[in-house]
Amino acid sequence: MNSPDSSHAAGPQGFWRKYVFSLDHKVIGRQYLDLSLVAVTTGMILSWLMRLHLGWPALSIPGLGAIAPEATGGIITPEYYLSLMTMHGTIMVFFVLTTAPFAGLGNFILPIQIGAEDMAFPRFNMMSFWVTFVAFIVLVSAFFVPEGPPLSGWTAYAPLSAVGKDAGPGQGWGQTLWVISIGIFCIAQLLGSLNFIATTLDLRTKGMSLARMPFSTWAWFITSIIGLIAFSVLLPACVLLLLDRVAGTSFFIPAGLVISDRLQPHAGGSPLLWQHLFWFFGHPEVYIAILPGFGIVSHILPAVTRKPLLGPRVLIACMIAIAFLSYTVWGHHMFMSGMNPFSATVFSVPTLIITIPAAITTLLWIGTLYGARMRYNTAALFCLGFISVFVSGGISGFFLAQPAIDSYLHGTYFVVGHFHFVMGVASMFGIFAGVYFWFPKMFGRMMNETLGKWHFILTFIGVYCIFMPMHWLGLAGNVRRYSAFTDDYMKGSIPLHRFITVAALFTGAAQLIFFYNLFRSRFRGEIAPANPWQATSLEWTTSSPPPHDNFGGHHPVVYHGPNEYGVAGKDGDYIMQNSPEPEPVAAAS
Amino acid sequence: MKSPASPAQTGVWVGIAAITMSFAAYSSALVVRQGASPDWVHFTLPPILFFNTLVVVASSVTLFMARARTGTTAARPGSGAAVIDAPHLTWLYVTIFLGFLFLAGQIMAWRNLAGQGLTLASSPSSSFFYLLTAMHGLHLLGGLTGILYVVYRVRRSNAVRAVRAYNAASLYWHFMTVLWLYLFAMLATRI
Repeated sequence: MNSPDSSHAAGPQGFWRKYVFSLDHKVIGRQYLDLSLVAVTTGMILSWLMRLHLGWPALSIPGLGAIAPEATGGIITPEYYLSLMTMHGTIMVFFVLTTAPFAGLGNFILPIQIGAEDMAFPRFNMMSFWVTFVAFIVLVSAFFVPEGPPLSGWTAYAPLSAVGKDAGPGQGWGQTLWVISIGIFCIAQLLGSLNFIATTLDLRTKGMSLARMPFSTWAWFITSIIGLIAFSVLLPACVLLLLDRVAGTSFFIPAGLVISDRLQPHAGGSPLLWQHLFWFFGHPEVYIAILPGFGIVSHILPAVTRKPLLGPRVLIACMIAIAFLSYTVWGHHMFMSGMNPFSATVFSVPTLIITIPAAITTLLWIGTLYGARMRYNTAALFCLGFISVFVSGGISGFFLAQPAIDSYLHGTYFVVGHFHFVMGVASMFGIFAGVYFWFPKMFGRMMNETLGKWHFILTFIGVYCIFMPMHWLGLAGNVRRYSAFTDDYMKGSIPLHRFITVAALFTGAAQLIFFYNLFRSRFRGEIAPANPWQATSLEWTTSSPPPHDNFGGHHPVVYHGPNEYGVAGKDGDYIMQNSPEPEPVAAAS
Repeated sequence: MKSPASPAQTGVWVGIAAITMSFAAYSSALVVRQGASPDWVHFTLPPILFFNTLVVVASSVTLFMARARTGTTAARPGSGAAVIDAPHLTWLYVTIFLGFLFLAGQIMAWRNLAGQGLTLASSPSSSFFYLLTAMHGLHLLGGLTGILYVVYRVRRSNAVRAVRAYNAASLYWHFMTVLWLYLFAMLATRI
């Protein structure tokens, strides 16, 4: 209803203002996506190094010794393995799973979907991206400091993360850079979330009531609220940890702690305090990664099934319920931490309850598929893949939610398989679906469908080959975080680990198809029409790519919800949100 | 003084929610840390804190007076959006002065504490004292920047944007006062 801070009738022309320090949400969205592309490539290479070492512990990886002095002769030491694991997790969780589906796709699409010219605070928006960029540079610089990156995992448990370089290689400068990077990242995310919330509340165009918002916008809106609360707790946690490291305070370091034969000069801190603060952020973070995927799948499914999404209001209610419940379950990461066993029960109950809205959502998607005349394009396939891996990963969550079973499985590969499926791969499939679906809008060109389908099939088979066996390894008692399995008991797991390694290399290689498709289509793809998918929401009413102010100087007026599919509209079996035609009376089918 | 949905106002409300969560995290950390082990040192808070509290409350009052004396009229009849027609800056300058006086007073409190041999690392209680006052001070500095921006906006134009900036900055400033009252009460009872 209001125009944002500055007038956007004509875009800036200079190179710096147009492409680098741009205030345009579309440019910033693409910047986020480009950053996460760099991050995901880095994170994937790190996982390959870990997988190679797990399969062939004595293998000397050519060239690694030259890049990383910690891995003498290219052979990964146990400590360097932990460094790789830490950096892989941190980069993937923060700079891929948070950055791409929420900050990247959300930035580009959300303002257009609600009929706004830009975000509410374009300058904050630019700042959020560049602050995120700085956070990434700070994190990656940990590779280049003496003793290399930290080894305390993406969760940075205290006191290991708090005591400094006595705790091992990478726990000096590397860990300090890690804390600073994550603190900076929190600031960027807080600015970003604030912007998303204000934009959604205040800049909706005429007729765009909350009930008429597309599901993806709903998901980004809810995600931004979760992010706002979660990151404003992680930031203080990082400040406390940094003070313990550099200022000699004792928030997390207990009294009488001896590390590397040295009594640490700290007293009385509580390591559990770090875990509580971290997981109060950490569990909602899982939903920050996955909820945009919920929104993307719910947005794309009606367009590819040509049916309205089943139970649209129930879906939104479920997403809100998940957001609320996500703040009550953090303790399920801490069943084995030594906290009061009664607390474990208290955290177990909401953990089981949160599966209810998640299961309802899944049933709504499957119900929407029932009787559909499906258009099997790449975006549709990734939506189906999303549902599949989300269910596979979700079901293993039932087991882990129970303290008694978790006490056996917690330290094993079962957990690795679980969270990679449900958080990692499902979110990635949501990102892929979104990219294939919105690419024409972003770049004005279509992606190649044949390559897209090959990318999907190979990735889908690949991720099951990687993560399904991890569940079996975990059930067999194969511990996680170990760099090699050389004792007699664990030796039996090595053939399966080798299989997983080969699958990981293969799946990674399949992503080259995606990269090729992405770059080729950007310049050589077929020219995209305004609405290639016959979809209803506002982003498809404007040109591909949209003009600088999104709608060419006018404000769209909305008459319908986003779910008008399978009806007799004037253009076909759907009604655009801005079409003034009357509400449909009978279904086309 | 009401204007229709203003992103600046919404932004400040959302920011308040985030800052509240941050200080809730610090507060629960304080409670947990105090109970974690017997190394919590109770000390007398520097008396200047009472004066600082008066100053920050007074700054809210002067901001309120500045706001009340600044006349506004509807930009377009019936639109609900307002513009400033009688800028009244004196009380605004007093508010800015009081803001800086508060910050100076907080630094005096730190010096007082350091004079007693209590540093950031010497005890968890002093750690939290320095940390919470520093964090509040940083946020208050942001509020001062906001009010300086309002002065610039009001002097430059009387437009709708000046009113929005004024409303948003006032809301934030009053929140800073309330936040300090909470922190002061917590520090006084816990330390």
